[in-house]
Amino acid sequence: MLRKIFATTIAALAIALIAGTASAEMKKVRIGTEGAYPPFNYIDSDGKLQGFDVDIANALCAAAKLDCEFVVQDWDGMIPGLLAKKYDAIIASMSITEERKQKVDFTAKYYSTPAKFVTKAGANIEITKAGLKGKTVAVQRATIHENFLQDNFGEVIEIRSYATQDEANADLAAGRVDLVLADSVALDEGFLKTDAGKGFAFTGPGFTDRKWFGDGAGIAIRKGEDELRKALNGAIEQIRADGTYKNINSKYFEFDVYGG
Amino acid sequence: MELIWNSLPRLFDGALLTIEITAVSVALGLLAAVPLALLRLSHNPFLRLPVYAYIFYFRGTPFIVQLFLIYYGSGQFRDTLESAGLWIFFREAYFCAILALTLNTAAYTAEIFRGAIQGVPFGEIEAARACGMSRGLLYRRIILPKALRLALPAYSNEVVFLLQTTSIVSIIALLDLTGVARVIIARSFEPYKLFLAAAVIYLVMTYGVLYVFKKVEFWLSGHLRERPDDSVKAVVVR
Repeated sequence: MLRKIFATTIAALAIALIAGTASAEMKKVRIGTEGAYPPFNYIDSDGKLQGFDVDIANALCAAAKLDCEFVVQDWDGMIPGLLAKKYDAIIASMSITEERKQKVDFTAKYYSTPAKFVTKAGANIEITKAGLKGKTVAVQRATIHENFLQDNFGEVIEIRSYATQDEANADLAAGRVDLVLADSVALDEGFLKTDAGKGFAFTGPGFTDRKWFGDGAGIAIRKGEDELRKALNGAIEQIRADGTYKNINSKYFEFDVYGG
Repeated sequence: MELIWNSLPRLFDGALLTIEITAVSVALGLLAAVPLALLRLSHNPFLRLPVYAYIFYFRGTPFIVQLFLIYYGSGQFRDTLESAGLWIFFREAYFCAILALTLNTAAYTAEIFRGAIQGVPFGEIEAARACGMSRGLLYRRIILPKALRLALPAYSNEVVFLLQTTSIVSIIALLDLTGVARVIIARSFEPYKLFLAAAVIYLVMTYGVLYVFKKVEFWLSGHLRERPDDSVKAVVVR
C-alpha cells in the first residue's frame, strides 16, 4: 500500500516536472502584496485578493508575459520579505523613496496621489507645528506617512503606529486619536466613503514633498534584478499606451490616479 | 552593530514599558486569583460556575483575540461606555492592555491555585481540625500558606509566560519592547538585528523573573533545609 502511494507520488511529480518545463517560457514571478489597503489591495468577502494594485499587477504580468502568483504579507515585513526572497516583486502601493532605494530597486511609478490628514468634520485643526501640538495622530507602521510625521511633527505630537491602515482608521472612528495621515485616495475610498467614516473629513493641504513621499508608487524588486525591472517598466508603458491602465483606473476612480 | 548600539536607548525605554505592564498585571492578577480559586472550589454552583466559565474562556482563547475584543470591541460600544463614564479608561491602549493581561493571567493563576489548594495533604487539614481550628483559621494558617508553596513553581512559569505575552500589546500601538523594535525596523529594514537585540533583552528580563522566584522559593522552604549545626558553632566560640 505504502509502496503504491510512493509510486503514484513519483509519477505525479514526474508529470508536474514535465509540465513545468513545457511552460518554462512563462517566467514565474511571485508578487508580494498586503491585502489590507482598500481600494488598492484588499481581500474581499470571498477571500479573494482585489483592488487597483492587483488588477494592475495582473495586467502587467499579461503584458510582460509573466506567470504571476500573489503572496500576501503584512506591511511592516514587506521589504524584509522581498529581501528574504519570499516573493520577487512588491506591487502594494509602495512609494518610491530614497530611504527604500538603499535596500531595493524600483520600477517607474504606476500611480501617484498626495497624502492628507483626516479628522472629525469641523474640528478645525491647523496643520502646523503649533496647530498640531499635543494631538495624537494614527498612521500605518513602516509607511512614508509615519516617516513624514516623525521628521516634521515628531516633537509636538504623539504618533501611534498600527499594523494596518484599517486599524488606524478604526481608532480615529473610535475617538482614540485626533487625526490620521495616509494617502488621500486610500483614506477617501477606504474610510471616508464607508459608514465608519461618516462625520470625518480631510483637513489641510495634500502633501507630495519628494523627500518623504518620493516619486509615486512603484514596484519594488531586489537590487540587481534588472531584467525583471526592465520587463515591468516596459509593461507599465504598454498598459498606459494600450488603454488597459485607463480601464482599470476608471473601474476604481473618477479621476486619473497616474498623476502629473 | 552601530544600528543596535544607536537603538539601545529606545529599546530600553520599550523594555521599561514591558516590565511595567508585566508587573502591574501580575500584581492585579495575583490579587484576583486567590478569591477566584476559592470560588472555583466552592460547593455552591452559583459561585463556582461563573468563575469556571470565566477561566474556561480566558484559557480557551488566544490572547491576541482577547486583546482585540477588548480594544477594538470597546471602540464599537463607545456610546454605552461613555454614558457609563468608562470610556476615559477604554480610550487608552495602556488600560486595555493591562485589563486584558490581568484577566488572562488571573484565569491561569486561579487554576494553578485551585490545583495547589487541592494538593494540600488531607492529613494536615485533619490535624488542624483536630486542634479545633475554625474554617477561616484553617485556610489562613494551614491551607493557603501550604498551597502558596506548592503553587510557586507553576506560578513562576505563568509569570514568565505573561512577560512574553506582553509582546502582543504592540499591535494596539503601544511602544513596548517589541513595538519599539518594529518602529525601528520600519525605517532600517533590518528585522534580524533588531529582533535579535530584543530577544536578548527578553532573555535578561526572564532571567530576572526566574532569579526572584528562586529567592522566594528558597525563603519559603526554610523548614526543608538542614538546620545549621549549633554544636560546630559552639566549638568555635569556645
